[in-house]
Amino acid sequence: MIAPNRKGEVWIFAEQEDGTLHDVALELCGKARELADHLGVKVGAILPGWNVRELAYRLIQHGADDVYLSEDRRLEHYQTLPYARVVTTLAEKHKPQIVLFGATPLGRDLAPRCASAMRAGLTADCTDLDVADVPDPAAKTTHKNLLLQIRPAFGGNIIATIINPERWPQMATVREGVMPLGEPNMQRQGEIVAEKIKFDDNDFAVRLIERHREPRKVNLKGARTIVAGGGGVGSKQNFRVIHDLAGAIGGAIGASRAAVDGGFIDKAHQIGQTGTTVRPALYVACGISGAIQHRAGMEESAKIVAINWDKEAPIFGVAHYGIVGDLNQVVPMMVKAIKERPKE
Amino acid sequence: MPYHSIVCVKQVPDTANITGEAMKADGTVNRAALPTVFNPDDLHALEVALDVRDRWGGTVTVVSMGPPKAADVLRDCLYRGADRVILLTDRRAAASDTLATSYILNQAVRHIGNYDFVFCGRQAIDGDTAQVGPQCAEKLGIPQVTYLERLIDLRDRTARIRRNVGNGWEIVEVRLPVLVTVLDTAGEVRPPAARRVMKYKRARVRAELVAAVAAAGGAGVSPADVEREVERRAETLRSRGLMLEQWDLDDIQADLKWCGLAGSPTKVHRVQSIVLTKQGYTEIPPTEEGIRRLVRELVVDHTLG
Repeated sequence: MIAPNRKGEVWIFAEQEDGTLHDVALELCGKARELADHLGVKVGAILPGWNVRELAYRLIQHGADDVYLSEDRRLEHYQTLPYARVVTTLAEKHKPQIVLFGATPLGRDLAPRCASAMRAGLTADCTDLDVADVPDPAAKTTHKNLLLQIRPAFGGNIIATIINPERWPQMATVREGVMPLGEPNMQRQGEIVAEKIKFDDNDFAVRLIERHREPRKVNLKGARTIVAGGGGVGSKQNFRVIHDLAGAIGGAIGASRAAVDGGFIDKAHQIGQTGTTVRPALYVACGISGAIQHRAGMEESAKIVAINWDKEAPIFGVAHYGIVGDLNQVVPMMVKAIKERPKE
Repeated sequence: MPYHSIVCVKQVPDTANITGEAMKADGTVNRAALPTVFNPDDLHALEVALDVRDRWGGTVTVVSMGPPKAADVLRDCLYRGADRVILLTDRRAAASDTLATSYILNQAVRHIGNYDFVFCGRQAIDGDTAQVGPQCAEKLGIPQVTYLERLIDLRDRTARIRRNVGNGWEIVEVRLPVLVTVLDTAGEVRPPAARRVMKYKRARVRAELVAAVAAAGGAGVSPADVEREVERRAETLRSRGLMLEQWDLDDIQADLKWCGLAGSPTKVHRVQSIVLTKQGYTEIPPTEEGIRRLVRELVVDHTLG
């Protein structure tokens, strides 16, 4: 652990695979920039890998000031122990005040290993971050500028704000897709700091034998429009109307857990707490009641249209436009209206 | 060649069925008000350990940290085939965050000793953090392999494991000892065996005996009487092999500065129940005209191209 260090940078872990940065790394850059500006410090990015220098420029364009580049042939594919060695060695050397990781399978494997080694606090799967002064009545003091780590807890039934007042760095994993992915600024300047890390033979105790990646078949995160169906659609056959509307708009198809559990559509389409978090320009929710777990994955959408026969359905609580009616009539009307729409 | 496994399991509130009384005023969870279940991922961790024992020999020891009621999941482990179960219960462990919890579990694992595998579920459904496994591995100073989907092979103290990494899978090889976290997609879990249920359903930890005797005694029973009665019952259970082990933080030589609230760097600052933001929405009538107007509005504000 390191002592609270108000001058410390705000760091992000730059997750990459096969020479491609994960979107969440760039989302974190944007958020880190915002936090660092508030704190008056710099943004640092930790970039371990092999032949990944090019990625440092993208991190800088998205808000990083310093990119700590640690290249080693043995870091080509992610492995917990050597990557944790990179993070902890650099954190102990540069003493950042905040370290953020994407809450991806990789980030959730790496971050706790690092936090434990540094005996620092770690909050999992945050959906929001902020900085604020926090009074501590017991110690009759106020902790200045603490990182507020905000996350759903208890199966999504509550929202908890977690702080880490003393044992720094303040570490968190952040859910993919909840922070906006900003536009790159090609003019931004930053520094690439090459870091040589000393490894131990034990760091390579786990040997990678075989590796298989599946291209993402359903691109919900990149979609500008999403048409999603829920339990109210009723059957796999009836899910056709969702496909029709998505086809007419040129959007992706989403689903609530009820629709996935009902076998109407594959799990890859699931939106919500267990599934993908999305923030498209338009989200059309058809026959989705809007359980908290679902809303958590879509309520940041710019425009939400909800179609449900039940006017008390919680989905209307987050909707911008609500249509109370039978989706079997409403959705075909919408398909027709979209096909005949005036062009701007 | 036999392999010895330690499995960490947790009894969790059933978060799928939450009621309004679940939260206390201070924002912590009122666990007593909730039905409890065996954490789903942990059942799979137990299954992998039992499978290792069945195929290669060895033992399966289960440890659970929690209140006395967590003895329920330990009995369940015995029904399914565990060789030894231990309840780690201590009020001083309350309010532990994931780091303090992993420290305590690491001390328990060290105290059990002589292990080849530590198996944990990937995550518990009450916190969904998935942090305790990797943190415990670090504290034990051993490698971790997360997200096990299948144990492919085990020979010469080297395990070959297939792990699911979300957008694909990989196969890794690791020398033992290792800590492995297990996914709930790791195959079928064996059911409790009827014969073992009959045998172990009366098994108890000491804290359960104390509670039962105190409840039965009513007012006017001296602590010495309670103690004597607990000891008598414990002796009977012990003679039948039904007295379950119960440890506290002293038993595992835990340093209190790393346990409970003091050992937890993260603090809960605030807890909010979910309230819908009632900003209101524009109601569109379910008619051709109404929907045409909506589409026009979405075109005008550039939401639709």
